[in-house]
Amino acid sequence: MSTHAATHDDAHHDDAPKGFVHRWLFATNHKDIGTMYLVFALVMFFVGGSMAMVIRAELFEPGLQLVQPYFFNELTTLHGLVMIFGAIMPALVGLANWQIPLMIGAPDMALPRMNNLSFWLLPFAFLLMLSTLFLPGGAVAGGWVMYPPLVLQSGESLAFTIFAIHLMGISSIMGSINIIATILNLRAPGVDLLKMPLFVWSWLITAFLLIAIMPVLAGAVTMLLTDKYFGTNFFNAAGGGDVLLYEHIFWFFGHPEVYVMILPAFGVISEVIPTFARKPLFGYKPMVYAIASIAFLSFIVWAHHMFTVGLPVGAQLFFMYATMLIAVPTGVKVFNWVATMWKGSITFETPMLFAVSFVILFTIGGFSGLMLGLVPADYQYHNSYFVVAHFHYVLVTGAAFGIMTGVYYWLPKWTGHMYSEKLGKWHFWLSVISVNVLFFPQHFLGLAGMPRRIPDYNVAFADWNMVSSIGGFVFGATQLLFVANIIYTVYFAKARAPARVWEGARGLEWELPSPPPHHSYSTPPEIRPGMLAHEDAH
Amino acid sequence: MSQQAGSYYVPHGSRWPIVAAVGLFIFMWGAAHWLDGITPEGPLLLAAGAAILVFMFFGWFGEVARESLKGLYSAQVDLSFRMGMMWFIFSEVMFFGAFFGALFYSRGLQVPWLAGEGHGALTNLYLFRDYTGGWPTNGPDAIGGPFQIVPPWGEPLVNTLILLSSSVTITIAHHALRDGNRRRMLPWLVATPILGMLFVFLQAREYMDAYTHLNLTLHSGIYGATFFILTGFHGLHVTLGSIMLWVIAYRAWRGHFSKDHHFAFEAVAWYWHFVDIVWLCLFLFVYIM
Ligand code: HEM
Ligand SMILES: [Cu+2]
Repeated sequence: MSTHAATHDDAHHDDAPKGFVHRWLFATNHKDIGTMYLVFALVMFFVGGSMAMVIRAELFEPGLQLVQPYFFNELTTLHGLVMIFGAIMPALVGLANWQIPLMIGAPDMALPRMNNLSFWLLPFAFLLMLSTLFLPGGAVAGGWVMYPPLVLQSGESLAFTIFAIHLMGISSIMGSINIIATILNLRAPGVDLLKMPLFVWSWLITAFLLIAIMPVLAGAVTMLLTDKYFGTNFFNAAGGGDVLLYEHIFWFFGHPEVYVMILPAFGVISEVIPTFARKPLFGYKPMVYAIASIAFLSFIVWAHHMFTVGLPVGAQLFFMYATMLIAVPTGVKVFNWVATMWKGSITFETPMLFAVSFVILFTIGGFSGLMLGLVPADYQYHNSYFVVAHFHYVLVTGAAFGIMTGVYYWLPKWTGHMYSEKLGKWHFWLSVISVNVLFFPQHFLGLAGMPRRIPDYNVAFADWNMVSSIGGFVFGATQLLFVANIIYTVYFAKARAPARVWEGARGLEWELPSPPPHHSYSTPPEIRPGMLAHEDAH
Repeated sequence: MSQQAGSYYVPHGSRWPIVAAVGLFIFMWGAAHWLDGITPEGPLLLAAGAAILVFMFFGWFGEVARESLKGLYSAQVDLSFRMGMMWFIFSEVMFFGAFFGALFYSRGLQVPWLAGEGHGALTNLYLFRDYTGGWPTNGPDAIGGPFQIVPPWGEPLVNTLILLSSSVTITIAHHALRDGNRRRMLPWLVATPILGMLFVFLQAREYMDAYTHLNLTLHSGIYGATFFILTGFHGLHVTLGSIMLWVIAYRAWRGHFSKDHHFAFEAVAWYWHFVDIVWLCLFLFVYIM
């Protein structure tokens, strides 16, 4: 057994616990928990994905073919909730769990048992939420944003969904507390804050965002609960309340939430691009400050989701300008990634391909965001497919591609085996083409006036919908290649990965063998020159 | 410096987190069944979930207390715990923030708009012509019927004094603990949750009075909603805080805490101060203003 065992409080110094129950149900190891997060996220990615396939199949042609309108609404609602809370966020937390201790020289997460609870709440939360599909009256169908008064008309599903959201919130808050405590308290001596990898920085700030917003979401849905079941009038104008109150509170959560999903992806990209460009990251400190200012600004732009509800003009102007401001730090990031690649000796392994496409396609999503952030323009775009196109560019080709980048980049480190580059390239090229076939036409549909969240539409929108659906099916099927590649790497790959998997990679995680020992470090590693990627940034 | 040299501490695996997850799930599953009246077993499931959670708290925290007594926790672990507690309290601040936000928004913007101010002129003209707003209010339809508010200078003032003095008692106890004077600490420590329970008792009486004499209920429009939800969640926190204080008092009596090793004590004290500050905000914004 390894001699790297960290101090335990009792005799069992033999590393990985034996037996399924001990290893997974009682898990305290950041790698095991990270793996569970990632596997869970992958499963949810396919659950949410199959809902999307049904949605796209129904929209393949005008008219009602496959599903009842109400069920269609259940699908769009659950698709959003599952992808956001079940796929993207857990995947990012999984990356954090695996990587943060490795990258800062920590033995594990700061609070390993709470880490276990953070994960295990999630399967139960989704059991609670998805079980509503089988309730009389079906699942919540008012959209993932759950606006009253519509959502208050749901049947029995509302309470289940709200409690599920509470569980997810508790999970996120505990996970974030853990991440902050780990980063602030468990860094090896010499890993100063401004020498930390950007992935770690991005998660430090994201964790702060999460602790600030998840309780607010909990508050908002709790008010829904009391309005429906306990006769309060938070959202009832007749009683002096206001439905817009819900929207304000929800989007106070909601806009920072979209940054929760993108900032860690920014972090991944900031690790990967320097590696394959074989150049240090351009402008390390500005990158850190950019993340911090994006996070700050994300708290004062929420009403750009509500331009059309009848806000006072002054408020609209304020939120419009604040929204425009976010483009500045976002621009800093994009330019710095490009500058990092500038004159680098670049190679295009799968992670780099995903990273480069991230930079381009996320930027498209950012631009459509800017268009939406202009009040008069948003009057036209709001609630149209243009919005759908916007957020899928930032979420799929942004957040999801960022996650895939990270998985390809670190999978050899985690498993000790190389993934199949050939399969990876197939996965990349099919994905990047089909995802654009899928989402780019939705811009046109939106500009032409097709509303979102409808199962049937005017024949005028038929052509682009068909194109979009075809792209969707190809994209969905392509993701099976991703799974195949992961299974191949974990179970079948012969080629062993060296400690420094990528020639240009720098950072503590690459000093450890692949796969790293069960407890990454039992004593703080000694930081020697050349081990940290950003040691001269200070 | 990020941390001291020496070896890292990693706790062994534990069954308590999964027990907690299962307990919470059953609790919420039961709550949802109860609310929807789907099966008569709802309350039963809820109670079972709660029982599992109580069992889990004893088990988990007991294990941590035992490990701490064995001297297993380094200064680094102690700091992780402290950070954990501080950020947990921050999340609680944000939770209350949502409801305070609802209060300020309704009172400062929504009700005046309904009454025709600013861009609410037409809404008022066409929908709620006779509505003049003001605070307290139960809205244009006077939902819940006419009501009176709880006068701030009676029981709420007494409750304020109670909570403030409980903050003093816990601080005296903390100082005594840091002086290593257990005999002086214990009475002050025990006094704190007694004051907390007194607070909850008076609050319950106030609620009863509101329901029976003032016709102020959860249904009393936006005023009743914000009043009861804000003070109700606060009361819940006082209750939980009191339970935590009893646990700490028991552990202090058993001699678990030393002059410089008493994280649990401090965590509960922080929590108590937080609950106190929330009350001061409530007293100011809900009762007085
Ligand atoms: C340059 C940055 C961005 C700007 C200016 C921006 C702006 C906007 C605006 C104005 C809307 C509301 C459109 C409407 O409903 O009429 C919107 C919607 C949305 N954005 Fe962005 N956005 C940006 C980046 C992002 C990012 C990074 C994400 C996620 C990773 C994101 C996710 C979303 C989502 C999910 C919605 C739709 C919410 C819904 O109504 O269901 N956005 N964005
Ligand atoms: Cu937004």
